[in-house]
Amino acid sequence: MKKFKNYFKLLTVLTVGLLIVAADHIDAPAVAGGGSDITDFYAFNGENSENIVFVANVKGLLSPTATQRATFDENIMIEFNVDTNGDAIEDMVIQATPMKKRMYFVGPITPSQTGLVSTYDTNPDVEVNSVKITNYNQPPRIETSHDGISYFAGPRDDPFFFDFAQYTAVLNGEATGFREEGVDTFAGTNVLSVVVEVPKYMFGDVESINAWVETKRKQ
Amino acid sequence: MKSITHILFILVATLFVVSCEKESLTIENEEAELMSFDSRKSNPFMGSTWLQEDQMGRPGVNTVFVSKDSKDQFNVTIPSEQNAIFQSMFQNNLMGLSPAFSEPDDRNALGLTAEEFTSVLATDVLNVSFIKPTTFFDGTNVLTGRALADDVITVELILIFGGETGLTDPEFPQFSDDNVDANDATFLTSFPYLASPW
Repeated sequence: MKKFKNYFKLLTVLTVGLLIVAADHIDAPAVAGGGSDITDFYAFNGENSENIVFVANVKGLLSPTATQRATFDENIMIEFNVDTNGDAIEDMVIQATPMKKRMYFVGPITPSQTGLVSTYDTNPDVEVNSVKITNYNQPPRIETSHDGISYFAGPRDDPFFFDFAQYTAVLNGEATGFREEGVDTFAGTNVLSVVVEVPKYMFGDVESINAWVETKRKQ
Repeated sequence: MKSITHILFILVATLFVVSCEKESLTIENEEAELMSFDSRKSNPFMGSTWLQEDQMGRPGVNTVFVSKDSKDQFNVTIPSEQNAIFQSMFQNNLMGLSPAFSEPDDRNALGLTAEEFTSVLATDVLNVSFIKPTTFFDGTNVLTGRALADDVITVELILIFGGETGLTDPEFPQFSDDNVDANDATFLTSFPYLASPW
């Protein structure tokens, strides 16, 4: 009997684990779990409200052990898109991609082309800043550019919280609603984060923007 | 005669092998040059082309509203084209998922019908105010950003399952709150704001 109970427990844990990945934490087949898979995107006022902060998270559900080995994919660019005139087409972008233990950044700039493809020639006329990628168990490495943009890239506690296991149980007809005391499926897990804090004036004299994040793969 | 043929054969074979090796040496040199160009690159943007794979605006949109077989397509549809392609799918999925939207004139706490609500959601961008507090919803400000501490899940559950009085008296209370209202770790007041990893 005990053996059966333990087996059942293991099955449950495995099933819940397999069903997981949410916010965009659960993503589409082509990207799920890989280096281009975005788990979350945030945009909020900086400590100084003259700045806006953008956060992009990738590589969700990292256990502490897995976090030690987790790296940003050098073939992936993370791109923050900002629409300043309300047409949902990017007017400015901030792009981040790693190379040899540093995260390199461009922007905010007006992109030479909008949409699904970004190209740079061999000697592009853009300012590039970089920050050393923070290692696990290291205080956060931060760089600030001469014009006041702050950069961070590295592992962080996953800020997302949701009783995703119960949501799945409800969808599967195994539960009739959420639990009175929910359990955060993402507690104790980490992600890899890119955080940039940007003076708002760099996006022009606007009262609001639309923003979204993309990942792009090097061709 | 036989031995001369032999020698000639060996000579030709040797010439052939040597010239092949020379050719492969040339290719190796070219590859080595390319590699050293890459390692001499001062940043990874130089001479590069990038193609979109994933995107995200608001939390949970692709997960909840895009049909399983369309998720990859959604990820490579630019936001300005998403509404035309996906709004009716979003609406069908919302009405199929939520008993609070079973009728076309059912509304949620924002006063929106399924058609109106999904018309907002189908262009998957985060609205961000530069002049107000930035939050998904804080009781007063609606869709002015997304802060780390925002309980976006409960906000979305209320807007999907709560009906018109979702904020005070949800129509389907068992679906309108997952009862996880805060992150497991405390956020930092200063950059980079996210908490240290576990």
